[in-house]
Amino acid sequence: MLLKQLSVFLENKPGRITQVTKALDEIGVNITAFNIADTSEFGILRMIVDNIDTALQALKAQGFSVRTTQVVGLVVPHQPGGMYQALEHVDKAGIEIEYMYAFAYNSKAAVIIKADDTQKLVEVLSGSGYHVLQEGELIQD
Amino acid sequence: MIWNEHAECMDREQLLKLQNERLRNMVSRLYYNVPFYRKKFQEAGIDPGDITGIHQLKDLPTTTKQDLRDNYPFGLFAVPQSEIVRLHASSGTTGKPTVGGYTRADLRTWSEVVARSLYAAGVDKNDVVHVSYGYGLFTGGLGIHQGAQKIGATVIPASGGNTKKQLQIMHDFGSTVLACTPSYALYLADTMKELGMDPSELKLRRGIFGAEPWTEEMRREIEAKLHLKALDIYGLTEVIGPGVAMECEHQKGLHIFEDHFIPEIVDPNTLQPVPHGQVGELLFTTVTKEGMPLLRYRTRDLTTMTVEKCACGRTLARLNKFLGRSDDMLIIRGVNVFPSQIESVLLEMSETEPHYQLIVDRVNNLDILEIRVEVNEAFFSDEIRQMENLAKKIKANIESVLGISAKIKLVEPKTIERSEGKAKRVIDLRKLVD
Ligand SMILES: [Zn+2]
Repeated sequence: MLLKQLSVFLENKPGRITQVTKALDEIGVNITAFNIADTSEFGILRMIVDNIDTALQALKAQGFSVRTTQVVGLVVPHQPGGMYQALEHVDKAGIEIEYMYAFAYNSKAAVIIKADDTQKLVEVLSGSGYHVLQEGELIQD
Repeated sequence: MIWNEHAECMDREQLLKLQNERLRNMVSRLYYNVPFYRKKFQEAGIDPGDITGIHQLKDLPTTTKQDLRDNYPFGLFAVPQSEIVRLHASSGTTGKPTVGGYTRADLRTWSEVVARSLYAAGVDKNDVVHVSYGYGLFTGGLGIHQGAQKIGATVIPASGGNTKKQLQIMHDFGSTVLACTPSYALYLADTMKELGMDPSELKLRRGIFGAEPWTEEMRREIEAKLHLKALDIYGLTEVIGPGVAMECEHQKGLHIFEDHFIPEIVDPNTLQPVPHGQVGELLFTTVTKEGMPLLRYRTRDLTTMTVEKCACGRTLARLNKFLGRSDDMLIIRGVNVFPSQIESVLLEMSETEPHYQLIVDRVNNLDILEIRVEVNEAFFSDEIRQMENLAKKIKANIESVLGISAKIKLVEPKTIERSEGKAKRVIDLRKLVD
């Protein structure tokens, strides 16, 4: 029930993000979700892609510092309070969220969540009736 | 084992007396026999009779490699050429070689300190000493050879080159001691592996390695691959050759044979002694040398010194790890900074690679030091907080070693140029204009 995310360490210098996306384009990998966390000195690019193994190899071959992280993809009901209710379950279970970012999924809203206990996060959300994305669901036809 | 207990375990007060007496004698020899030094003394307004002991060394002129070049080849000799019985020279990478001239007494002193070095390494007359240092103008081969002969060991003057043949000889002649550069020791080990030879087929038990800087990591590698105990020997052609200082079996620094070579650790700028235990440039005054005695010779090697008595019983001061060259020193906000200090901090941290670059700039009359550090791929985290904590940790560790704060910039692995050229380690953007 967990998704694999690619994380790339990037120095803040012009053109680095373009180079990553170009490398993925060259091997025909599609990016489903994308987020950049940055400080004044460096950034971390996080992505959900459709072919993570190929992407990982290609980026490593080009000298990027890449790693994979397990995250949870949650489909959020697109209505007022939808996000709040989901997070309330997470809080109650005592799970700490490290970061999250949103993306569009088949005209629905979805978020990627990285938590201190990702396994427990999946259990809590599925147990509360939420749609937790599986790897295969993200590969578009 | 101690070759010369009287000299090596002497009470330090007694040693000081001996050093003072020898220095007085040396100063007068320099003044009366070497025009170069006489001129220096006169310029500094020092009368040789004013010098009573080594506490005054700090006021005396220093000698640099450039002085040796300027007086090439024999200008610094203190005896007529008829007294010189041997010449050696180190091949300078730039310009002229550095020459060393030895009298009979100098050769005796040299064999004596090498004999002491071999005993310190646990080598005696029962050993078969395989000398793979080059023989010739280079001091390595003949230097170790004479000392090994003095202690009565069986000496194999193998010299450098023809590695397969060397291995064959080591095997057939039962060599127990290998003397060579640490990098050649590793090369020998790799060749053995290629030939399918197991180190247990050899009888090697000690290695006397020197003539180039090496790390603890290299020591462990050599010891594991050759099944011997690897010991560090230090020396310079200018001072005498190998045997100026030698590690004992406790491997806790290199004992300096202070009755012959008086060490000083000084600030490379002021040439004044640094507080005890601090890093500085190593200087040697060769109080007993006749052929080419040198006063406060600047080795450019950076290190620290310990004077506590060693577990081996020797009272001689010990040199600790060499930290680099004073030529690389930077002065930032008035503080001496050696790139090697930063390297050692990074080497101790598993999260970083020892690849770094220092960028010094001056903004509003204040020196700014930025250190670019490569992040170890294995420790790269996808959480900003952890990466920032890593930067903070590096900053704190550097600050505690250097005493000044630096800006830490984490950079992608393999982005700092790998060349050994020192220019790339340091980029100094300061423009010292009014
Ligand atoms: Zn010792």
